[in-house]
Amino acid sequence: MTTMTMEASGVSKRYGSVLALDRLDLAIPAGQVTALLGPNGAGKTTLVRLAATLARPDSGTIRIAGHDVGRSPRRVRASIGLAGQTAAVEGAMSGRSNLRLVARLYGLSRAEAAARADEVIAQLGLEEVAGRLARTYSGGQRRRLDLGASLVGRPRLLLLDEPTTGLDPRSRQELWDAIRTLARAGTDVLLTTQYLDEADQLASRVVIVDHGRVIADGSPAELKARAGQGRVEARLHRPGDAQQAAAALHPLGPPSVDPVLGRVSVAVAGDGLDALQRAADALRRADVTVDDLGLRRPTLDEVFLALTGDGVGAPVPEPGWEPGREPGWEPAHEGVAR
Amino acid sequence: MTATLGVARRTLANFARTPQLIVVGSIQGAMFLLIFRYVFGGAIDAGAVSYLDFLVPGFITTTVLFVGTATAAGVAEDLDRGFIDRLRSLPIARSSIVGGRVLADEAMLVWNLSLTVAVGFAVGFRLHGGVTRGLAAFGLCLVFGFVFTWLFAFIGLVAGNAQAAQGMSLLVFPLTFVSSAYVPVDTMPGWLQPLARNQPITAMVDAVRALSLGPQSAAVLGHDAAWYVPRALGWSALLLVVFAPLAVARFRRL
Repeated sequence: MTTMTMEASGVSKRYGSVLALDRLDLAIPAGQVTALLGPNGAGKTTLVRLAATLARPDSGTIRIAGHDVGRSPRRVRASIGLAGQTAAVEGAMSGRSNLRLVARLYGLSRAEAAARADEVIAQLGLEEVAGRLARTYSGGQRRRLDLGASLVGRPRLLLLDEPTTGLDPRSRQELWDAIRTLARAGTDVLLTTQYLDEADQLASRVVIVDHGRVIADGSPAELKARAGQGRVEARLHRPGDAQQAAAALHPLGPPSVDPVLGRVSVAVAGDGLDALQRAADALRRADVTVDDLGLRRPTLDEVFLALTGDGVGAPVPEPGWEPGREPGWEPAHEGVAR
Repeated sequence: MTATLGVARRTLANFARTPQLIVVGSIQGAMFLLIFRYVFGGAIDAGAVSYLDFLVPGFITTTVLFVGTATAAGVAEDLDRGFIDRLRSLPIARSSIVGGRVLADEAMLVWNLSLTVAVGFAVGFRLHGGVTRGLAAFGLCLVFGFVFTWLFAFIGLVAGNAQAAQGMSLLVFPLTFVSSAYVPVDTMPGWLQPLARNQPITAMVDAVRALSLGPQSAAVLGHDAAWYVPRALGWSALLLVVFAPLAVARFRRL
């Protein structure tokens, strides 16, 4: 018998008048990196908090490595590592001391804790900064240290709540590498993200949640296929040419136009290269000068649109959270690779 | 126990390596004592005892509250930054998270009280009841500190962020001024006196003051320590019974 790393069935959680999770079901077998994808307010963070025993479900059950979060929270805590949205490290202690402290809290002896801290430091490539106070770290280094703290107890399941939100592209890349390395070494990961490309980069399985329910579940490729192939997007040299460009691209499909930024795009049906070529020809014939023309993968917004017929452009803030817990909404296309 | 000490050590590291908390906090305390002593002191008649010997016990007692605001801010910050969530996700007793905080706060209080006492002695304050009673007064302040930790931890848990916690903590301060801490209650307007007389800080200040005045206490304050100390402990018990369960309940429902 194989035990599921995580098994949630019929989980509901209400904060005030808003249902953060609505009879959510999710089973995660061992050996996966799973991404929970959705806008703020979708219920991602709530699910992570319930799985980490930080809050209790109103109804339904969650089991982590076979242990029920309500009945044996202590065993659940021994099976998980949590890295939240804020880097919960002590700035007034060095990176090494932070990790030693966590190791001591796991009940390791002084010597064991020191050894374990050094292992984690090496694992995350923090050797050079390990002796410095954590408050001197860059944002990316802090997040990596925080990730390290969640690894100290050798968790079976790593819960990462928006691990790269607010990081610059390079730090994000470094953190992605760290997460990939962990996954290869056999740690199961459940991460939440608002970014399709993050899910794409890290996860073998993407679960899209909205309004507290799973609305889609599959590999990144499957989901993207459901959202269409992506779009051909032209950035016009003169925004005033937008209508002209839209008319030229019309044979490829109904174009969407952003007259202010001078962007015109059209959904790709079929072969991307072919669509790109046809768009280039059409724009040339119409004598429209472009600064940029390219294939763009579907954004989270477009995946949503395809799955729900309902954009995520005007999301409601996640209820029940104190301000500051969850970062402000960022448009889905930001940070999505083009 | 290891977990409690670990949590406490981390909180103390935060204090020790945050100069604005430790240095500014300490200097502020000493500065106010000097201001009361040298600026207001001349205008205040404490009756049968020198204002200095009247003031310093009151000032030391209210130091407990000033130090407590750091508890509220610290708890709120730990909560806001996810540090408490990190601890709650570890396989340690949740009581050790609270216990570590309380332990660290008591350690900070010992430091701050010692400093205030030292400044007090430096400007001329003297014990009139012997060292044992002086130490008892010091111990009493630690008891008050323990009690107020729960109140301020509750404020910190409710406030959401450090600034709000600091702001809410300040609401406690009218109580320190409308008490016997800095001026004799008799000098206040008649309508204010019942409030000033029947509140926990006055009870605590009077207990510490009676211990420091020793045999003079009955003549100066009306009663001796044996009368004031049980009242102060009674108020402490009452505050503890109210705020410890509130803080624990709030912590559990995070």
